[in-house]
Amino acid sequence: MGKKIANDIEIKPVPAIEKGISEEEDMNVMKYLRGEAANLEVLQDKKLKGQLALREDLYGKSAKAAAKAEKWLMPSEGGYLEAEGIERTWNIKQETIAREVDLLGSRNQYDIILPDLGPYTLDFTPSGRYMTVAGRKGHMAIVDMKNMNLIKEFQVRETVRDVVFLHNEMFFAAAQKKYTYIYDRNGTELHCLKEHGAALKLQFLNKHFLLASINKFGQLHYQDVTTGEMVGNFRTGLGRSNVLQVNPFNSVVAVGHSGGTISMWKPTSSAPLVKMLCHHGPVTALAFHSNGHLMATAGMDRKIKLWDLRKFEVLQTLPGHTKTMNFSQKGLLATATGSFVQILRDFSGSQNYSRYMSHSIAKGYQIQKLAFRPYEDVLGIGHSMGWSSILVPGSGEPNFDSWVANPFETSKQRKEREVHSLLDKLPPETIMLNPTKIGSVKPTIKKEKPAKQEIEAELEGAVEAAKKGSFKKKTKGRSKPSKVAKKKKEAVYKAKKPFLEQEAKGEGLSKKKRKNIEEENQLPRSLQRFARKRQAN
Amino acid sequence: MKVKVISRSTDEFTRERSQDLQRVFRNFDPNLRSQEKAVEYVRALNAAKLDKIFARPFIGAMDGHIDAVSCMAKNPSHLKGIFSGSMDGDIRLWDLASRRTVCQFPGHQGAVRGLTVSTDGRVLVSCGTDSTVRLWNVPVSSIMESDDSSNNSAKPLAVYVWKNAFWAVDHQWDGDLFATAGAQVDIWDHNRSQPVNSFEWGKDTAISVRFNPGEPNILATSASDRSITIFDLRLASPARKIIMRTKTNSIAWNPMEPMNFTAANEDCNCYSYDSRKLDEARCVHKDHVSAVMDIDYSPTGREFVTGSYDRTVRIFQYNGGHSREVYHTKRMQRVFCVKFSCDASYVISGSDDTNLRLWKAKASEQLGVLLPRERKKHEYLEAVKNRYKHLPEVKRIVRHRHLPRAIYKAASLRRIMSEAERKKEERRRAHSAPGSIPKEALRKRRIIEEVE
Repeated sequence: MGKKIANDIEIKPVPAIEKGISEEEDMNVMKYLRGEAANLEVLQDKKLKGQLALREDLYGKSAKAAAKAEKWLMPSEGGYLEAEGIERTWNIKQETIAREVDLLGSRNQYDIILPDLGPYTLDFTPSGRYMTVAGRKGHMAIVDMKNMNLIKEFQVRETVRDVVFLHNEMFFAAAQKKYTYIYDRNGTELHCLKEHGAALKLQFLNKHFLLASINKFGQLHYQDVTTGEMVGNFRTGLGRSNVLQVNPFNSVVAVGHSGGTISMWKPTSSAPLVKMLCHHGPVTALAFHSNGHLMATAGMDRKIKLWDLRKFEVLQTLPGHTKTMNFSQKGLLATATGSFVQILRDFSGSQNYSRYMSHSIAKGYQIQKLAFRPYEDVLGIGHSMGWSSILVPGSGEPNFDSWVANPFETSKQRKEREVHSLLDKLPPETIMLNPTKIGSVKPTIKKEKPAKQEIEAELEGAVEAAKKGSFKKKTKGRSKPSKVAKKKKEAVYKAKKPFLEQEAKGEGLSKKKRKNIEEENQLPRSLQRFARKRQAN
Repeated sequence: MKVKVISRSTDEFTRERSQDLQRVFRNFDPNLRSQEKAVEYVRALNAAKLDKIFARPFIGAMDGHIDAVSCMAKNPSHLKGIFSGSMDGDIRLWDLASRRTVCQFPGHQGAVRGLTVSTDGRVLVSCGTDSTVRLWNVPVSSIMESDDSSNNSAKPLAVYVWKNAFWAVDHQWDGDLFATAGAQVDIWDHNRSQPVNSFEWGKDTAISVRFNPGEPNILATSASDRSITIFDLRLASPARKIIMRTKTNSIAWNPMEPMNFTAANEDCNCYSYDSRKLDEARCVHKDHVSAVMDIDYSPTGREFVTGSYDRTVRIFQYNGGHSREVYHTKRMQRVFCVKFSCDASYVISGSDDTNLRLWKAKASEQLGVLLPRERKKHEYLEAVKNRYKHLPEVKRIVRHRHLPRAIYKAASLRRIMSEAERKKEERRRAHSAPGSIPKEALRKRRIIEEVE
C-alpha cells in the first residue's frame, strides 16, 4: 500500500511549497500503516488477490484518515525546550523553567521531604492520574496527581521493596519483607501472596493481568491477578537480582543479573527466550522504549548501552553509572546517579542519544527510582528523603486517547473500562518476542543448495584429513609401508565416496537411462516398478 | 529560552454540565496500543464463542395441519404471510408474526401438491392430486390483522379440472401465466379453464416447475426421468435438457443472477448450473445425508436454504461447497418444503410432522431494533472474526455444529464410502494404461447427457 500512495504523490503535480507538507503527511501515513503491505504480485489466485487488494486499499484509506485526524483534530501540542544564543538546554535550571511556564505546569514541580522512612519508590497508573509511593521503612501512599489529593496513607511497619499498581488505581501490590501483598486504595490488605516469597521487584503486565516478581533467590513468578492462578514459576539460575522490567511492546519480562547478562522471559516457557551478555559486571538498571525496538541497560562497568532489540546489537554506548532508568512516552531517557538526574534525548531521530537536561536534587539525597508521568511533561523521582517531581518539557504524549488511558476518567468510565479490559484479557500464550506474528503464516524453510565451489572445498578438506590420518602401529607385517600406503588410499577413497555419489545423482543422466525412464512413464504407475527391475537384470 | 509544557485544564477536558455527554478524545498512534493483534485475536475468539452461545435459531412451530405439509408459497406483496398446503388437501394462510392461522381454504380432495401466488399477491393458485387447479382469492391485509378470523373460509374463484394429477405449480414473476407440472407441463391463464399451451418431452412426469425471475417466459422443470428441462414459452418446443444420474426433486433460480439455478437432487447434493452452459455444474453443494426435497433462494441471491429427507434444514452459500448452517430439532421429521422469507432474515420449513417451523436465517442474530452503537459493535466483531477465521481455535469454534447421532453417523459413513470410491478409482487408474481412465470432476460426473 505504501508503494501505491507513493505513486499517487508522484503522479499529482504538487506545488513546491506544499511539497514539504505532503511529505510530512506521507510520513505520518507510514506510521499508521503498521508495516509494509504483502506482495500481491506473486499470488496465483485471482479471487484472493482481488480481496486482498481491496483490503489493502482499506488499510491505506484508514491510515490516511488517521494521519489527517492527527494533523487537524489533536487538541494539544507537545512541550518543548529550546535554548537561544549561547545557553544550552542542559544548563537551564528547573527554577527558570518554572518561571516561564503557566501556573498549572509549575504546580508539577515540588519536593516532598520525608526524612525518616527511607528511600522511596513510586509508580504511576497508565493514565498518569494516580501515583503510589512506598518508603523502604513501610510508608505507603496513593496520591491523585490532578488535584494533589492524598487519597490514602498508611504504615505497614515492615520493609517495602517495591510497589506497583494493578490494572487501575483501585489496587496495588507491594513487595514487603517476607511476602507480597495486594492492597486496595483504602489501604485494606486484600491478599497475601506467599508463593512469591520475598520479592525484590514487581511488575504488572497490564493486558495479561499478570503480576511478575523476582525474589531473593532469583525466582521469577507470574501470577494471574484475576483468577489467582500461578501461571509461571521459573528459576532464573543466575542468582539474586533486583532489576526487572517489562517490555511494553510485547510484555516480555527482562531480568538483569549480577553476571552482566540480561535474560528475557515469557510465562509459558521455563527457559529464557533471550540471554544476552550486556555488561562486564552486574547490571544495575534496565529500561524499554515504548516502540519495543530500543532497550537501555546500565551496568557497574560505568556504561550505559542502547540496544536495538530487532538485531540485538549495541546502537550506542555512553559512559556513566545509573541506579535507575526510564524512557518517557516520547522516547526521552532519564538516568540518575546519586543525587544527579540526567535526561538524554534522541534529537536527530536516528537513535543517537545525547544530553538534553540535567537536574541535581539536594546533595546527599540518593535517588532510588525515576518514573516519567504518562501524558505529562513530568518526571517523578523517588529518593532517600522523600519524592520530588521536575518538569521535563517534551517528554509526555500531549494527546491522550479516552479509550486507551484517560486522565480525566470518571468512576463510571473506570468501571466500564475494567469490564472491557477483562473481556480483552490476553492469554499468557500471546506473549512472544514479536507479537505481530499472531495470525501470520509460518514461512516454509528453503533448503539452500551448496555452491559447487563449496562442495569442492569440502571434498578437498575431507581428502586432506584422510591423508593426514595416522594409523596404529601394528605387528606381524601389517604396518609395512606398502600396507600403510594401501590403507591410506582406501581412506581417501572412503572420504571421496559420498561426494562422488552426490555428484552422480545431481548430474544429468545418460541417454540410455533417460530413454528407460521415458519408457517407464509410458506404463501405468503400478507396473513401473517391474520395468525398473528388468533394467537391473 | 523558549519553553512549553503540557498543561491540561480540567474544564477543557471534562463536560460542563452533568447533562452533557462525556468528552472523548482520540489518538490513533500505534505506539499507545501495544499487542494489537493479540487483542484482536482474543476479541475474535470471544466473538466466536458468543456467537455459539447466542445461536438459538428456532423461533417457533406453527401447528394446525392434520397431515404432512407438502408445499408452501410466499406472498410477494405481503411480508409476514405464508401459505401452506398439506397432504390431506388443506390450505392455510399463516401470519408469521403471531405464528397463527389467519385463513383456512377448503382446499382439495386429495393432497395439495403445489401452491403459488400471482405477481400482484391477490390470487392464490393451488393444484393437487385430484387433477384440479384451483384459484383462490387472497384475503386483503385488513383481515390478516384482525384476530378472530382464524376460521375464515373462502370459496375458490375458479376450479379447473384436467386430465392428470398435478405435482407442482409456479406463477410467472411478471405476467398472468402460471405453469403446472404433471404428465406434461401445462401453461395456464387465470381466466381460461384449459391450458393455453402444453409441452412434452419424453413420457415421464414432471415433478417440479419454476419460472425464471429475470426472463418471464423461461421456466425450468425437473422430471422423474432424472432430467432437468428448460422451456421457453415463445418457442413451440422445449429448449434444452440434461439428464442426470439421479432425480431432481426441486429447482430454484437465483433471483440476483437469473441465469443460474440450483437443483436439489435425490443423491443428497445440490447442483448449481448456469442455464446457458449445462454440460457441467458450476458448484456442487454437499452435506445432506439423504435426498434433498426442496430448495429456495434468499432474495439476496447469496445463499439458499434446503430441506432434506434426513430431517434437517441447511443453509448454503450460493458458491459454497458445504453448508453454512444446519438446523434440526428432535421433533422435526422429514422436511418436504422450505422457504426463505422475503426479507432474507427467516427460514420456514414444513415437514412430515404436520408443523411449519420458523427459523432465523442467521442463528445468532439479535432480533429487534438495534441501537447504532450495538450495530457498530456487531459489525466490528463480525469483521474481527472474519479476519482471524483461519486461526485454528477460531475456526474450530465457528465450524462446530452439533448433529443428531443418526446424521453424524450417516455423514461419516458417506465420507468413508466416497473415500473408498476415490481410492478404488485411483488404483484402477494406476493399473490401466495412462490416459485410458480420464479424471472427471464431480461437477460433470453426475450428468449423463445434454440434449438440445
